[in-house]
Amino acid sequence: MSAGTFVLVSLVKIVIAIFVLLTAVAYTVWLERKVVGHIQNRWGPTRVGPFGLLQPLADGIKFLFKEDLTPPHVYRPLYIAAPMIAVIFALTSIAVIPVGNSITLGGLTTNLQIADVNIGLLIVLGITSVGVYGVALAGWSSNSKYSLLGGLRASAQMISYEVSLGLSLIGVLIMSGSFSLRHIVEMQSGTYWHIIPRWNIFQGQFVAFFIYLMSAYAETNRIPFDLPEAETELVAGYHTEYSAMKFAMFFMAEYANMITVACLASLLFLGGWNGPLFGSPLLQAILPLFWFGLRIFFFLFLYIWVRGTLPRFRYDQLMAFSWKFLLPLAIANLVITGLIVALTS
Amino acid sequence: MLHLIIFLVFAAVCIAGAVSLLVQRHPINSALSLIAVMVSLAVEYLLLGAEFVAAVQVIVYAGAIMVLFVFVIMLLNAGVEERTLGSRVATIFGIPAMLVGSGLLAWVLVQRSGTGSVAAGALWGDPQKIAQLLFHEFLLPFEVTSVLVLIAIMGAVVLASRPDQAQPGKKEG
Repeated sequence: MSAGTFVLVSLVKIVIAIFVLLTAVAYTVWLERKVVGHIQNRWGPTRVGPFGLLQPLADGIKFLFKEDLTPPHVYRPLYIAAPMIAVIFALTSIAVIPVGNSITLGGLTTNLQIADVNIGLLIVLGITSVGVYGVALAGWSSNSKYSLLGGLRASAQMISYEVSLGLSLIGVLIMSGSFSLRHIVEMQSGTYWHIIPRWNIFQGQFVAFFIYLMSAYAETNRIPFDLPEAETELVAGYHTEYSAMKFAMFFMAEYANMITVACLASLLFLGGWNGPLFGSPLLQAILPLFWFGLRIFFFLFLYIWVRGTLPRFRYDQLMAFSWKFLLPLAIANLVITGLIVALTS
Repeated sequence: MLHLIIFLVFAAVCIAGAVSLLVQRHPINSALSLIAVMVSLAVEYLLLGAEFVAAVQVIVYAGAIMVLFVFVIMLLNAGVEERTLGSRVATIFGIPAMLVGSGLLAWVLVQRSGTGSVAAGALWGDPQKIAQLLFHEFLLPFEVTSVLVLIAIMGAVVLASRPDQAQPGKKEG
C-alpha cells in the first residue's frame, strides 16, 4: 500500500469511526431516556419523530442555539479548554479499538481498525488516565464550590478505580501474552466441545470481568458511582457552571467513554466480534460487526438498567469499596491466574 | 524526514513547556506545562521505537503523578504567585553552572556513545523485550526497587495516619 493510499484509507476510516461513534453517543442518550422512562413507568421522549427517535437531533440543535454563558468568576483559559480536553480524549481512544476482521474492497485489504498497534490496550489506558484532566480542570477553573467539590471527587475516584481496573486486565494479558487488542480477540476464537465459546470470561477471568465492570462504572462516573455530579448535593458537580455546547461536550465525553469501556469489555472478556458465521459472503462479512455491536448494546443496556435500579453510594463507601474490596480481589485474581498459567504452560 | 520533523516539533514543545513551567505565575499553569513536557517526551520515546516506555510515561507521569499535583493545587486552592527578583546567588552562579553542565553532558554523550546518535525506530522497545530485560538480566535491581517502593508506601501510610487514630485500642483502655 503506497503512502497516499494509506493516508486516504486512514482518513476514510477516521471519518466513519467518528461519525458512528457520535451517532452512537446521541442514540445512547435516547436509549437511556427511553429505558429509564419505562423502568419508572413513563414513556420517555415520544414527541419528536416516531418513538422520539429524532429527539437527539432536536437536542443537538437546541444546544447549538442556546446562549453560551461564561460566568464572570471563572478562570477563562482553562474554563474553555476543559470541555475540549474531555471530549478530545474521549474520542481519541476509539482509534486503536478494532471492530472486526479485515475487509477487502476493490482489491484493497484493510483492517477494521484505525491503527493496529502492539500496545493498543496501554494506549487506551493512557488516554483514559489523561482524560481525567478535563473533569478536574473544569471543576477547578469554574471557581465555584460545587464545581470544585465535583472535580475533586471525580479525580480521586478515577485515580482509585483506575488501579483496580488496570489490575483486573492483567489476568487477561497474562493469558493472551499481548497488548494488541486484535491479538487478544483472536486468542478467544473457537469453542470448547462445540458449545462454550473460548471467551476469557469462560477461561477463568470471571472475577476479573466483574472487577472491570464495576471499576468501569466508576471511571465513567455512572450511577451508582456518580458522586462527582450528584445532583442532590452538588447541583451538577464539575459542569455546574457550563451551558450550551460546552455542557454538551461533557455529556458527549461521558457517553463516548461509556462506549469505549463497553468496547474494551467486549474485546477483552467476551470474545470481541467472534460469533457464528453463516450465509452468503456478504452476510459473513457483516456478521462480525453485528456480533460486536450486539455486545456493546448489551453493555450499554446494562449501564442504563443499573442506573434505573440502584441508589448512589456514599463517598466513603465508594472509596472503601475500591481500596478495601476491589483492589485485594484484583490482586488475588492476578496471583491465581499467574500461578495457573505458570503451572500449566 | 518525517521522523526529523516530528522530532523537532516535539522537542520544541518540550523545551517551550519547560520554560513555561518556570515563568508561569499560576501553579496550575506550571503543572499543565509540566504535563506538556511529559507528553512530548513520550512522543520522542515513541519515535525511537520504545512504545512500551512511551505508554508508561504517559500513564504514570502524565496520568497519575501529575493528576496528584493538580489535585493538591486544587485542594490548597493556591493562588497567583508573587514575582520576586530571585536570589542573586542563583543568577550569578546558577545560570553559568547550568550552561557549563549541559554543555559538558552533551560533549560527553557525543564523545562516548560511539555512534554519536541513535537512528529513529532503531531500539526494540516492545513489551516482550522489556519484560525479558526486567525479569532476567536486571531481576535483582528490579526486586530491590520494588522493596524500596514498598517501604516508601508504608512510610507514607505511617505519616498520613494520625497518632490518635493509629491505635484506637490504647485510648479507650
